Amino acid sequence: MRFGVVIFPGSNCDQDCFWAVKDVLGEKTKYIWHDDTDIRGFDCIILPGGFSYGDYLRPGAIARFSRIMKSIVEFAKKGGLVIGICNGFQILLEVGLLPGAMLPNKNLHFICRDTYLKVENNQTPFTHLCDVGQVLKMPIAHHEGNFYITSDGLKRLRDNRQIVLRYSDISGLIDSSTNPNGAMDNIAGIVNEQGNAFGLMPHPERSSEKILGSSDGLLIFSSIREWLK
Amino acid sequence: MLKVEIYITLKKTVVDPQGLVIKHALESLGFLGVEEVRYGKIVNLRLSLKDEKKAEKEIEAMCKKLLANPIIEDYRFKIKKI
Repeated sequence: MRFGVVIFPGSNCDQDCFWAVKDVLGEKTKYIWHDDTDIRGFDCIILPGGFSYGDYLRPGAIARFSRIMKSIVEFAKKGGLVIGICNGFQILLEVGLLPGAMLPNKNLHFICRDTYLKVENNQTPFTHLCDVGQVLKMPIAHHEGNFYITSDGLKRLRDNRQIVLRYSDISGLIDSSTNPNGAMDNIAGIVNEQGNAFGLMPHPERSSEKILGSSDGLLIFSSIREWLK
Repeated sequence: MLKVEIYITLKKTVVDPQGLVIKHALESLGFLGVEEVRYGKIVNLRLSLKDEKKAEKEIEAMCKKLLANPIIEDYRFKIKKI
């Protein structure tokens, strides 16, 4: 199988993602330039974190119009696996593959720290190696991670079981004290209705090896690998 | 030529974290009686178009497609002949 890691101008987690799937997981991986259009032969596309186009206007607002995104939307519509991490999540929201939008963090700080995430749904290609209720430790690093969606939208997310990860404490408790950025319903990661596009603010690639303080993030990438086998 | 000012603000139904902090800062500086602060952006354009009606359509399209995110933001604009 082949992973593709997209590089936008301003991406800065592309090498970490590449490392996680190529060197840690041991899968074939290639970089994809934002101006390319051909993604034939890839099984999973990773949109990495960073500050694509300087986050100008709104995070992800410019990147969604890059040439590669057209191919990625088609790929996703046909059922291809797409995972957007941090800025990648913001791009997936802007391009409309995932519902909702990001607001600045409630406390207006850029927050860079470890968070605990409760797995709400393990019936996805991205989390099926996790247990429901399992708590994962992964870092966040963002200024706009305050997930917003209309109340109807939130209801749809819940009804369709699209909420995959929620900010919790180490024991899995979820309340406002375990919400780092003000995200609605403590949402840290969601999938689209079909379940093949996943966006999350935490960084699995930065928590893919013990030396990084956690290897829980590797569960996300190995779930993808096992799913595609 | 036309000069355009586009104002983009968060929708009334969306909590504005920046507005809240600014309100708090104003209050702590002694500016009491500020009921609400909504923070936004201004985009200035100069258009080579002469026809204001045509410009309006074009600006609407720009806002919908790129400049504002309709899920969280509202926009309005003013057109001036120069």
